[in-house]
Amino acid sequence: MFYNIGQIIMLFWRTLQALPKAWLERKKVYDQLFEIGNASLLMVCILSLFIGGVLALETGPTLVERGLSGVLGRMVGLSMCRELGPLMMAILIAGRIGSAMAAEIGSMRVYQELDALRTMNISPINYLVMPRMIAMVIALPALVVFSIPVGWLGGALVSTFNASISVPVETFFHDLREGIGVADVVHGLVKALVFAVAIGLISCHQGLVTIGGPRGIGRSVTKAVVNSIVVILILDYFVTRFLIYFQ
Amino acid sequence: MSAPEQRNGNVSVAVRDLRKSFNGEEVLKGISFDVKPGETFVIMGPSGSGKSVLLKHIIGLEEPDSGEILSAGQSVHGSEVLSKYRLAMVFQSGALLKSLTVGENVGLYLTEHRLMEPGEIARVVAEKLEAVGLKGLEDRSPSELSGGMQKRVAIARALVIDPQLVLFDEPTSELDPLMSVNIGEQIKQMRDRLHPTILVVTHDRDLAFGIADRIAMISEGKIRFIGTPNEIKNSRDPMIQTFIHAELTNT
Ligand SMILES: Nc1ncnc2c1ncn2[C@@H]1O[C@H](COP(=O)(O)OP(=O)(O)O)[C@@H](O)[C@H]1O
Ligand SMILES: [Mg+2]
Repeated sequence: MFYNIGQIIMLFWRTLQALPKAWLERKKVYDQLFEIGNASLLMVCILSLFIGGVLALETGPTLVERGLSGVLGRMVGLSMCRELGPLMMAILIAGRIGSAMAAEIGSMRVYQELDALRTMNISPINYLVMPRMIAMVIALPALVVFSIPVGWLGGALVSTFNASISVPVETFFHDLREGIGVADVVHGLVKALVFAVAIGLISCHQGLVTIGGPRGIGRSVTKAVVNSIVVILILDYFVTRFLIYFQ
Repeated sequence: MSAPEQRNGNVSVAVRDLRKSFNGEEVLKGISFDVKPGETFVIMGPSGSGKSVLLKHIIGLEEPDSGEILSAGQSVHGSEVLSKYRLAMVFQSGALLKSLTVGENVGLYLTEHRLMEPGEIARVVAEKLEAVGLKGLEDRSPSELSGGMQKRVAIARALVIDPQLVLFDEPTSELDPLMSVNIGEQIKQMRDRLHPTILVVTHDRDLAFGIADRIAMISEGKIRFIGTPNEIKNSRDPMIQTFIHAELTNT
């Protein structure tokens, strides 16, 4: 395990070293961005709507019962933008995009395409890893920015239409505006950024070290997704701790 | 990924007591030979004798357990040699990038190292594809092609590099006899035009005797014999005789 962590840190370092070439590889970055957006935008939408909804559903009745219906907007809003937006989007992207990256790079490894690149003096880091990392780091925060208001909307809808909550949309959003500042959105975006780096590195690394034919590719995909999710959840705690310290 | 700092001339290869094991099993058991710049050197030997592993060592894809490999007098380990000289390898499987079209594969070296304008690359790619008998297939995906066609695309991809050292791993396996002769002709033309150093691993006796300056016979991880085609034909070694003259007789 420590060997893997060491290798992943090396990969991170080499990706950073490749960054000056990023502008030359911009077409590959666009392609990756397009793929990520295409594969996940609709899912992000649906997922966020339901997460916002269930947040309102779980907290709403209790708050209303205690006469605290005025803080429902900020409860749902804060949970969505500081925690559940970035976390759930990261898990979604690990499953949807991280897996695809591990599979694609893994199959290139198994079928000697990486060897062929190296004989042509084309670095797999520049050619494959760096564009994927950049796309990931742009796309995940962007998806989170998109998911937060959709989540709020989900929360507002449930608050209004659920009989045991019945908090009007205006009240919900009024409180949400009062209770949420730019710092809270930044908090969420910093998390998204950290998660993006983790997913990209773990998935690309897992692809690069794939061995053993089609089965090996399958194993790599599973590992990439499971390891990404575990690391995301652990990082989530520490990043939160770190950011709270600064507020 | 800038254009390689070009050194001219062809590349000699020296293999010194190369040993390599996988999972405790020794595949290469002390291989030594020299290939002179511009020479066409053919390696023959039974399947599983370590020929592909040997080629991968020569181009720096595998690291030896012991011994060394020098290209143009420098150790191939570390990518120094790869960035100073134009090297190419045609893999046994072709190893085309499946996410790219045939044309993009053939032009990959030029595109990635930004050696030419896109229009010029397209022209070179068309020319090389025509040379291997695949005119006009630029926009196909490699997975739509047969194994033999993929191999020819891989050969076109190597031709584009104008290599100073080129390694072929069984270039004519999977090809019909006519195409095999054609590929042999391609290798000869490449040799006569640019005089690169050529290493060919093959079972194809016609190809071997048709292009080789010298032939090495490898068996069970060791060099069994090195000599000119004539010397090998006249060898008394029974294993070599069997390998060269094996025929299926229909009685
Ligand atoms: N990466 C590897 N890992 C483990 N064993 C390998 C590896 N590459 C080659 N081998 C083994 O080395 C031996 C020689 O393989 P190879 O060089 O491909 O033979 P050939 O002479 O037919 O090209 C085989 O037994 C093969 O299983
Ligand atoms: Mg082989």
